[in-house]
Amino acid sequence: MLSFLLIVIAALFFTGIINRTKSIFSGRKGPGIFQPLKDVMRLFRKESIYSDTTSFIFRLAPSVYFSSVVMAMLVVPFGQSKGLISFSGDFIFFAYVLALGKFFNIIGALDTGSSFEGMGASREALYSMFAEPAFFVLIGSLALLTGYTSFHEIFAAFHLGSPISYALAVLAAFVIGMLMMIENSRMPFDDPKTHLELTMVHEVMILDYSGFDLGLILSAGMLKFAVYGAMIVNLFIGIFPYQYAIPMFFAIQAGAAIITGGIESFMARFRMSHNVQFIFALTSVSLLIFFGALLILGKFS
Amino acid sequence: MNLVTAFLVALLAGMVLISFLKGKGKSGVFFAAVLLLAGMSGVPAWQALSGSPVEWIFPGNMVTGEIPLRLDALSAWFILIINLVFLTGGMYGVYYLQARSCTSDPSLTYPNGEGTNSPPLGGPGEVVHYLSFLLLYASLIALSVIQNSLVFLIAWEIMTLSAFMVVIYEHRKAETIKAGINFLVQSHVSVLFLMTGFIWAAVQTGSYDFASLGQLEQLGDLNNSPDNSIVFIILLFFIIGFGIKAGFVPFHTWLPYAHPAAPAHISGIMSGVMIKIGIFGILRMLLILPVDYTVVGYLLLAISLVSGLFGVMQAIVQHNLKKLLAYHSVENIGIIGLGMGIGCIGLGMDNPLIASLGFAGALLHTLNHALFKSLLFFAAGIVYKATHTLDVEHLGGLIKKMPQTAALFLVAAIAICGIPPFNGFISEFIIYSGLYNWILTAPLVPAIIALLMILGLVLIGGLALLCFTKAFGIVFLGSPRKEPDHEIKEPSFGQLLPLYFTGILIAGIGLFPQLFIRMLMEPVTLFTGDTTLIPSTALSELSGVLRSVSFAVWGVVLVTLVVFAIRRVAIKNNKSAIESSAIRNPPSALPTWGCGYTGSSPKLQYTASSFVRSYRKLAAPALLIRQHRKEVSGIFPTGGAYESHAYDKVEKWLIDKPVTALQSFMSRFLFFQNGRLQSYLLYGILFIIALIFIPVIWEQLVWLFDFLKNL
Repeated sequence: MLSFLLIVIAALFFTGIINRTKSIFSGRKGPGIFQPLKDVMRLFRKESIYSDTTSFIFRLAPSVYFSSVVMAMLVVPFGQSKGLISFSGDFIFFAYVLALGKFFNIIGALDTGSSFEGMGASREALYSMFAEPAFFVLIGSLALLTGYTSFHEIFAAFHLGSPISYALAVLAAFVIGMLMMIENSRMPFDDPKTHLELTMVHEVMILDYSGFDLGLILSAGMLKFAVYGAMIVNLFIGIFPYQYAIPMFFAIQAGAAIITGGIESFMARFRMSHNVQFIFALTSVSLLIFFGALLILGKFS
Repeated sequence: MNLVTAFLVALLAGMVLISFLKGKGKSGVFFAAVLLLAGMSGVPAWQALSGSPVEWIFPGNMVTGEIPLRLDALSAWFILIINLVFLTGGMYGVYYLQARSCTSDPSLTYPNGEGTNSPPLGGPGEVVHYLSFLLLYASLIALSVIQNSLVFLIAWEIMTLSAFMVVIYEHRKAETIKAGINFLVQSHVSVLFLMTGFIWAAVQTGSYDFASLGQLEQLGDLNNSPDNSIVFIILLFFIIGFGIKAGFVPFHTWLPYAHPAAPAHISGIMSGVMIKIGIFGILRMLLILPVDYTVVGYLLLAISLVSGLFGVMQAIVQHNLKKLLAYHSVENIGIIGLGMGIGCIGLGMDNPLIASLGFAGALLHTLNHALFKSLLFFAAGIVYKATHTLDVEHLGGLIKKMPQTAALFLVAAIAICGIPPFNGFISEFIIYSGLYNWILTAPLVPAIIALLMILGLVLIGGLALLCFTKAFGIVFLGSPRKEPDHEIKEPSFGQLLPLYFTGILIAGIGLFPQLFIRMLMEPVTLFTGDTTLIPSTALSELSGVLRSVSFAVWGVVLVTLVVFAIRRVAIKNNKSAIESSAIRNPPSALPTWGCGYTGSSPKLQYTASSFVRSYRKLAAPALLIRQHRKEVSGIFPTGGAYESHAYDKVEKWLIDKPVTALQSFMSRFLFFQNGRLQSYLLYGILFIIALIFIPVIWEQLVWLFDFLKNL
């Protein structure tokens, strides 16, 4: 329950901080931190216009996408307090429920019969396919290290063994951070500010959404950021008492947002045709963590 | 009269009635016969599944020896799956045949000649189809219980032949016949392996009873072969023989031909249950043969991983909807095999938790795949009937014409990707749990292997997502890529009924997995029973986890419903607010955004090939795409063309190349076949002479050598 509240609060300002960082780096004053939130609230009150090619899939897709992120959020724990849903193997549910959202996002894009949205859909399907192994291998290695198979137990037992695990945690944070960028279609995998449909991934998929549905998609994106941020937090806080853990949570979330903003200010996007290779390379980082876990457990001897 | 005799009598009576009835009564009798057979086999199977196995022993004759029929929990599980799919398939089939024959009106000709090829209803074609269907059904049930290898092989042959007959229903198409013969030949290669395995085992044990196969180990000890390699080789024969039927790579090449050629209900049945009989065979042999489970486990894992990945990788690039689904069967067989492999390794490690997770996952996925794959094939059949094509590049926008079919296809597509809230997620979840539990207890090398398996399973899931977003998105969404020359409409409710039934079961397993896992208690205990004192603890632990999974899955559904309801209310409010402030009347629908270009046409849509283009380039080394292109050139170009056909690398190297080589070798002996009767008589005489004299000469030679040695 605690993690749920914290993630929602973090989601409120995450995108705002990213935008603010970008504006400061580019020498602008920039909008306030809560501007994305206000945008979404405005969208929720606006009328919706639909393409006449679309069917009920297009109308259903944003709701499914949003609720899939909400359900994924419920699984994420916070240090010693469990998520609302917790069972052994819950990370499988986490990954697959996010896949449900993606599935609907993709078919929602195909529903418009557009010449561009299929392109984004195709890329999204391919990227998420290659991103998922990294996540599963990462969690597999953490499970191996701790001997548990649920988020809560893994994170609670992560640093009990030896302090070397913090080195693994840094690597794992890198992997999850990159997954966060892929899932949210951010730099260096996708450029949310591009203005050419041909070079978009996520943005082109939602071209035809308006009003409430667009608001749902945007707010799901905000939540997703906070969910992955919370996972990074979990890698470090372990069983810290709450008075340290909660400030750390917000500090790390804010840090993640600032880094995201920084990356977007200073990096160019990867070449579209090589994106998949970059994404799959994440799996090899996960494999490093796996071998690290094997080393710590002394299985090589 | 006991149940088995009654079953056979009912079968025969049904077949005779169908043959002699005239007019519309046939389909009624046919469906009644299916119902009757399902009832007669389903009730004892249900009892066996809840813990009271049955055994019938028939005296047989002096060739076969005693014929035992044993209905244990494993047989019962498969019988129930068979019943389920045959009931829905039979019902769907009756409608399918009727609707197909409506389009065989000679005035309706389609450019590619499709739609005119089905035999007329009420003719001999239909009768033969019904009879073979019943025979196929009965033989599959028989195969689940017969435990005498000779009789088993006979039933196997009946199954193969009747399956061949139902596949070639549209026999006026050359492709269908070709696919049918391909299937027939490959099935008999499978029979060859099975026969060798069974006879070898029978020679060792002196009995055809399956139970005696269990004594192979002792015999191996008597012959001083400490590593019981004979048992392993026999098992290998069985794995290949059953593997051909199941469609493990590299034995899968008949599937992508037979499935598209058969009528939709037969494709559903073949993919749903007939290939599962191969899985059943392997499971049965694992249960009986005293093998080293660890070795078999690794073997199964290896071929399953390859099957899973290869199947789905091929599926993505297919243009024919049913061929795509056929390759997905290969993938799902791979997933089932992964479960079996994990189960075997669990048995080898004496770890009941891993073993039961593996076998439970495999068995549940068998049911799940039977459900969603038959649903997909049924829906594909409806699409075919409505549009007369299965080429996805010509389809599109069907969701507006047939929303119910589209929704059902969507349910099955989500389920086959292993995504909650449907059943595919549950079985994949169990298999994943098995893998992760294995990693926790494994030493170095097995841990790495387990990780590889996880990687493979994740990739399979991701590729399936790509494949089914393509299949659903291109076929049902967007706008039609080719204008149909006739009206497309939703089929009658009666035809959709079996689809709805299957869809409800799919959702049911997804939402209440703990109920179905309880049914799996008995079959799984068959495998894990002797490794632990309290066998059900592992499963009850699993069922506890599944209760939480069920909550989570319900959560997905409920949250979605709530969000959707809020959305509806909000949109209505927004609209009325805007209308009441009435500066203008907002349009509710406009064309899709085309970057400001308004002359959009359906041809500008993304196509299936372009949707998977980046994947195809990445996976190029594993695929075999034949491309024909005609470039646009010159100052006044006359038009270009581009075609691509996906072919199967395994088929090229395993089937085509050896067959061509064999043919060119054999063609050197063509002069023997000169068409003169005199020569043939001469061959016969030469053969008989050789038959008589070679042994005699051999004797003499042996005698001569002995004599020389003695000198």
